[in-house]
Amino acid sequence: MKKTFAGVLAAALLMTGACSSSDDSDSGSTATKPGEKVELTYWTWAPNMDKVVEGWNTTHPDIHVTVNKQDGGDPAVTKLLTAIKAGSGAPDVMQAEYQKMPTLVSANALADINKEAGSLKAKFPESAWNAVTLGGEALYGVPQDSGPMMFYYRTDVFEKLGLQAPKTWDDYAAAARKIHAANKKQYLGTFSATDAGWFAGLSQQAGASWWGINGDTWSVAINDAATQKVATYWGGLVQEGVIDNKPMYTPEWNAALNDGTQVGWTSSVWGPGVLEGNAASTKGKWKAALLPQWDAASPANGNWGGSATSVTTQSKHKEQAAQFIAWLNTDPAGIKALAGTANVYPASVDSGAALTAPPAFLSNQSDFYTVAAEAAKITKPFTYGPNVNVAYSAYNDAFGKAAASKKAADFPAALTTMQQTTVDDMKNTGFKVAG
Amino acid sequence: MTAVTALPTETRTPRTATRRGRRAGAPYSFLAPALILFVAFFAAPIGYAAYLSLRRVKVSGLGLGAGARTEVWAGMSNYARSLTDPDFLPSVYRIGAYGLIVVPTMLGLALLMALLLDAGRTRVGTFSRTAIFLPYAVPAVVGSLLWGFLYLPRVSPFTDVVQMFGVEPPDVLTGSWVLWAVANIAVWGGTGFNMIVIYTALRAIPTDLFEAARLDGASDKQIAWRIKIPIVLPSLIMTFVFSLIATLQVFAEPMTLKPLSNTISSTWTPLMKVYRDAFVRNDIYSAAATSVVIAVATFAVSFGFLKLVGNRAFNQED
Repeated sequence: MKKTFAGVLAAALLMTGACSSSDDSDSGSTATKPGEKVELTYWTWAPNMDKVVEGWNTTHPDIHVTVNKQDGGDPAVTKLLTAIKAGSGAPDVMQAEYQKMPTLVSANALADINKEAGSLKAKFPESAWNAVTLGGEALYGVPQDSGPMMFYYRTDVFEKLGLQAPKTWDDYAAAARKIHAANKKQYLGTFSATDAGWFAGLSQQAGASWWGINGDTWSVAINDAATQKVATYWGGLVQEGVIDNKPMYTPEWNAALNDGTQVGWTSSVWGPGVLEGNAASTKGKWKAALLPQWDAASPANGNWGGSATSVTTQSKHKEQAAQFIAWLNTDPAGIKALAGTANVYPASVDSGAALTAPPAFLSNQSDFYTVAAEAAKITKPFTYGPNVNVAYSAYNDAFGKAAASKKAADFPAALTTMQQTTVDDMKNTGFKVAG
Repeated sequence: MTAVTALPTETRTPRTATRRGRRAGAPYSFLAPALILFVAFFAAPIGYAAYLSLRRVKVSGLGLGAGARTEVWAGMSNYARSLTDPDFLPSVYRIGAYGLIVVPTMLGLALLMALLLDAGRTRVGTFSRTAIFLPYAVPAVVGSLLWGFLYLPRVSPFTDVVQMFGVEPPDVLTGSWVLWAVANIAVWGGTGFNMIVIYTALRAIPTDLFEAARLDGASDKQIAWRIKIPIVLPSLIMTFVFSLIATLQVFAEPMTLKPLSNTISSTWTPLMKVYRDAFVRNDIYSAAATSVVIAVATFAVSFGFLKLVGNRAFNQED
């Protein structure tokens, strides 16, 4: 009996020991002996990434990468931040959305790989590079994919009503009115209060940049004139009732896309993949175009989605991790696999060679990637702040209320709430905030 | 210490001092695994949460890179912030209203069904009992997803049924309907469990009591009202306390429905606020403070209620 008890005690002590021990591992890269195999773990949520990584593993026997599939951007960040706080459990390599980079850097979760990565700057567009350097000297990741926004519409519905793909937002509003007037059940789109990234992209197109850095001071401009314009525009359409007010990415919305009651979607370059999954029966009826413009004379665009590949501060093999990341995002083989196998839109400027055939769902539109390249080229710069999570959750709550009320005046008011919540949070945490 | 004196010394005389010392240690050895697990996985995390609630992060400069964040002493400021948060009180009122709907409906239904099953004693039997209990075995998240599909007009089969009668069904995930929609899931999931608890208590009542009552000319209704319900009162009180605690901690149902509705905010219930602070805003300090407030409130409400009903709760024989 005594022996059993001692065993239980030992086991219990072991368990408590495992809970409390957290050896700090920010010692940086440890020297590896030649010939020794390095194991790297990679958290990502892009589809088929394990197959992409196979290409690396077969050609690089010394550095073995294991993919650990994540649920998506937000849960992965939560897990990573928890692991960083716990002192262990983080992967070596991590897919990180651009808008989460300042949050992760601020939590000291991402390693600076400027030295290890070499000069890659020329291989990426300015806006993507800016997102991984946060405008400074450090390099917190290599751009992986980008999400220039695009407009998708049902060609059959447009043709029947004699409509063209809207060039401007005025055209879009007119088309929305015409479609809804012709069929009370049909909408050209919906204002989604659950997709802050979507609204941020639309605001980016209008010229907004919600955060800014000036010396050692942050600025927050969520309720600037450009974003006000966007909020007022959508609030007007919702109040009129020509645009739906239900959130995207619900079974309801999927059904609406599939049964032809949602006949347009302001989305991103990855839109066809979503449509294929949600509205398979409408294949061949969709077409992609540039987002409608505020000023047709000087076209602009925003981003929805897009992510970088980063090395975490807990990685003991920064150098090898940086090698893998550089291969994945700049090597022709890596880019080809990203585009063809993982179905993302690679951020690299050399991605054109890998992107020729249009996505299967839009196989009728041979110039899809020409339009996408144009959309990527005119994307405006946008700076994300260290508390995007706070701003985005404030968006959900404030715009949820506004969308439910269907009153145009509530939309710009929701922006004021968002701005206030974001600034208060930053001040409370101790950031220097201007204004 | 008392264990030593409590040892049955009259049956066996202690032989040696060492022997006696080992004997005295025995209860603690038996208790140790439970105690260690209790401390490691219950007391310590609670203590840590209480500690965190008194801390906060202070950022210097732009807050980027290593060493930009330091954890500092916060005093009671997290508590002040959590209690004065404009979203906190509305969430408390909301679960108050939610409790007013859920608790009486659920317990009323549970009692009614338990009495009906008990009155039928042999006829309806196990099938109805299992059928009523089954929703309790469905995890709250799965149940909420199922109901979510039933609530969304375009995917709900109810829509077609109601439209056959020429009525346009309301969108229950908007406006003031939402509270009822969430309460409905809780009632659906919780009635079975409470019914079983009450039913088990009913089965424990000796049948001669009913025979005596019947001889005295009591009807079924009178037996239920004057004999059964008073006797199962302790069970009712227990289920009431459980329901009260479940109400204060409602989380899974509204959290699962949130992406489907504009009306459910991220601070719809107090626990959702804790989740948002901890995992969306990465502010575990303020989340810890709110958790402590909720824990204290739960403790106060449940023990306050037990105090109020006094001895009637657990020893009705006296």
